[in-house]
Amino acid sequence: MLRVECLRSIYSELENCLVVTIMGAVAAELQSLGHRPNFFYLQHAMGLASSTGLGLALCLPEQKVIVIDGDGSLLMNLGSLSTMARYRPKKLIHVVFDNESLLSVGGFPTATSAGTDLEGIARASGIPRVATVHSVENFKAAVTNAMHCSELTTIIAKVEAKGPAAYVTNLSLLENRFQFRRHIQSLKSQ
Amino acid sequence: MPVSLTSSKLIYDALKECDIRLVSALPETWLVHLIRMTDDDPEMILVRLAKEEEGVGISAGAHFAGVKSAMLMQNHGFLASINGIVSFAHLYKIPLLMLISYRGSFGERDPWQTQGGNVTEPVLRALGIPYSFLDKVESAKTRIRQAQTLAESSLQPVALLLTRDLMWEE
Repeated sequence: MLRVECLRSIYSELENCLVVTIMGAVAAELQSLGHRPNFFYLQHAMGLASSTGLGLALCLPEQKVIVIDGDGSLLMNLGSLSTMARYRPKKLIHVVFDNESLLSVGGFPTATSAGTDLEGIARASGIPRVATVHSVENFKAAVTNAMHCSELTTIIAKVEAKGPAAYVTNLSLLENRFQFRRHIQSLKSQ
Repeated sequence: MPVSLTSSKLIYDALKECDIRLVSALPETWLVHLIRMTDDDPEMILVRLAKEEEGVGISAGAHFAGVKSAMLMQNHGFLASINGIVSFAHLYKIPLLMLISYRGSFGERDPWQTQGGNVTEPVLRALGIPYSFLDKVESAKTRIRQAQTLAESSLQPVALLLTRDLMWEE
């Protein structure tokens, strides 16, 4: 299963969500499908995408928030699972693309390649709904179900360690950040 | 416990007057009253963290949502947050109001706090983070307001060091 195919399968569903992604391949691939003002790409600070999604979800409880995380980033901030589980915002979806690799920095294997089970960690941290998926079809179904069930969900998607040809895009970090905030403020004034 | 309830209330009220509506925190002795006041206040969102660096992401999310936030942490928690501060708050120009208990400074009896006390201000300076002290009852409220104003206007982290003189009564 390729990550970009997973992203393509839910791209239309992302229109009404606030989307926070990690750096590297995920950010570049989502942008390759078409940037939208409701997408924020955290191009550094590995581990904090889930914390950012939690902050958004706690402040905007009626808003769907989807975090697109990775195994390398999540392993740097496993405590975030326990913090998310503690407050369990109903409309927060946490997708983790697990390619068992730090792909963006040269493909070094992460601990998930040696048996660390992110689904088990998420479940044991108290995340109420957790699933692991291995096909694009099941990925799409898991995300769509999560969007309709109003319960904090972590979805581990096992994907191949393949990324885009380039990671740097022509969207500046600050432009993205200011546009994202302005977009949220415009939603609030509607 | 000789943590000053009066000073804690003063700080808490000043945060409320600054429209702070979300506080992230990791417990430390000097912060116990502040965390309890936040927890007891239905107008406030308290996020109890596993590690202080999470608070950088949570405050960024709050900022995007248009909610003003503050971070309560010990100086060792600040040291544990540095990558988040540099590669999120600085890189993306995110305002952070950091209230940092200044352990390990003059008067410290706990040996384990002392090394962190030595490096807190040098690290703040190295990171280019504007900082000031909460050390007197008379000036604390104004200084919190000023720190919040600077964080919002400059879109960057600003630190207030909570000192023994203000926080400890014995």
